[in-house]
Amino acid sequence: MSATITEKILARASGQPRVSPGDNIWVNAGILLTHDVCGPGTIGVFRREFGENARVWDREKIVIIPDHYIFTADEKCRRNVDILRVFVREQGLPHFYDPGTATYRGVCHLALPEAGHVRPGEVIFGTDSHTCAHGALGAFATGIGNTDAGFVMGTGKLLIKVPPTHRFRFEGALPAGVMAKDMILRVIGDIGVDGANYAAMEFVGDTVQELSVDERMTLCNMAIEAGAKNGIIEPDAAALAYVRARTNKPFDAVRGDPGAAIASERRYRAADLVPCVAEPHLPSTYASAKARADVKVDRVYIGSCTGGKLTDFVAAARILSGRQVKVETFLVPATAEVADGLMREQIGGQSLVEIFARAGCCEIAPPSCAACLGGPVDTYGRTHGNEVVVSTTNRNFIGRMGSKNSAIYLASPLTAAASAVAGHIADPRDYM
Amino acid sequence: MATSKTSVIRGAVYVLGDNIDTDLIIPACYLNLVPTIPEEYRKLGTYAMAGLPDSYSPFVAKGQEHTAYAIIVAGRNFGCGSSREHAPVCLGAAGCRVVVAESYARIFFRNAVATGEVYPLESVERLCDVFSTGDQAEVDLAAGSIRQAATGRVYPLKPIGAVGPVIAAGGLFGYARSVGMMPGGQPA
Repeated sequence: MSATITEKILARASGQPRVSPGDNIWVNAGILLTHDVCGPGTIGVFRREFGENARVWDREKIVIIPDHYIFTADEKCRRNVDILRVFVREQGLPHFYDPGTATYRGVCHLALPEAGHVRPGEVIFGTDSHTCAHGALGAFATGIGNTDAGFVMGTGKLLIKVPPTHRFRFEGALPAGVMAKDMILRVIGDIGVDGANYAAMEFVGDTVQELSVDERMTLCNMAIEAGAKNGIIEPDAAALAYVRARTNKPFDAVRGDPGAAIASERRYRAADLVPCVAEPHLPSTYASAKARADVKVDRVYIGSCTGGKLTDFVAAARILSGRQVKVETFLVPATAEVADGLMREQIGGQSLVEIFARAGCCEIAPPSCAACLGGPVDTYGRTHGNEVVVSTTNRNFIGRMGSKNSAIYLASPLTAAASAVAGHIADPRDYM
Repeated sequence: MATSKTSVIRGAVYVLGDNIDTDLIIPACYLNLVPTIPEEYRKLGTYAMAGLPDSYSPFVAKGQEHTAYAIIVAGRNFGCGSSREHAPVCLGAAGCRVVVAESYARIFFRNAVATGEVYPLESVERLCDVFSTGDQAEVDLAAGSIRQAATGRVYPLKPIGAVGPVIAAGGLFGYARSVGMMPGGQPA
């Protein structure tokens, strides 16, 4: 019988010929990812349950990427990174990206694939809900809590339920000014923040195949905002080239069978999509950017695992080149590799760094999660009042960026940059 | 952990609507606290539901370590958002025993079960329009129902399903030991 890509990956990882939606199965983890917010608690669970002297199940398969609260004076945050350091030393873990050293990378969901830890066909568990981003390279990847992660750390296994698949098919060329963020916000707007609860969201069609790997990550990253267990895109030549450039480790890419049973399919014509925003306070409150041109903006924020990739900054720079921002504009590259790219990439003979400086943006911050999720009071870009923010991040819940009174509009980097220039929510097509 | 083997939970109800996200349950500024450190576990309890707008009555009164509400009644998609286990942990640490919602976001539900901090039960009807904050109620885990003390009305809850054995075993680790996925005996 035929099976979806998600079912085939899970069947292989559980040592069974086939699995069906609803089956509860023990799967072997390919990678366990954790960071400074959930790592210390995961380590606490691991020690409590397996013993102070226990060893992790496989040193090669645990990846620890501190990224949330790195550039802060908060003592507990600094202590939490120290807890990771001690554990890494005790266990002899080779894959640790330590802040303050040359190995530091930044936001885990971009750092993980950059460092070659995401491979097609693998099962990836991470102590972060946006772990679903890694489905962009054809892996089964999902977010878990500390207790589950502590269990994986000791056993390499986890009991999970096989999700049904909801398929989202996009056809045709994306219109100018429309990005992956507009695709996924449209989907979430249509199905709601629990529209794919417990399910796999599979993105297919020629529009998806034409997207860069960066843009595919934006689609899969936000699958959780519809409640999905994982987002996934079948790996093609572009995905395989991305992976092979970053790791020598073998992998066995998986593709779904034609005719596999799925729970639903929705079709979108790319030509029908427009630049959009998600209004406060849910990612599902869809509106076209044009329809919200009356919303005055205090701040623009470009960063995070969703919207802080090199592709995102190139898009913003296309709008900002030769223009001036009217509002404070915060730029936080997701990783050190992206930060390097801002110096290297050029538009019209100017580096992105120069373009942003001439446009009047704030100085580019060092890579981290920063204000995507509020955090300590000294977090870069955190809101403290009733700011109206247009942000390329993934959540606009009440208080998400710090202050309960600020209003966050989620948008693509093109729409965010256009809004920075206009001083109100703006359609980027008017600035291209 | 807050759960025990008693099958009836009595107490005051705190009522919430749809899509109560993890930033409302425990704002990111408190994620510097580590749930497995006992002092910080207790501290997390004092911040339970601290992200709610100021128009809500506090879930944990100022200066108190525990909530006056043993039961949360909510609408759809309770716990959406982050994978932060701090969310069910802060509810359990505050002394909340059970959430009765129309539906749950997947990771919150899983974390509630895996930690054994709160029972995540599903109502058949939309009860957040029936109960008011401060109502007294009684959740009967064995019978699968919630009773509103003032009216005497009893509302059914959905069967707990496949995770029942995991909850009965005291969470993921207890279950794994019971089915032989981990060496038996008490945790170290």
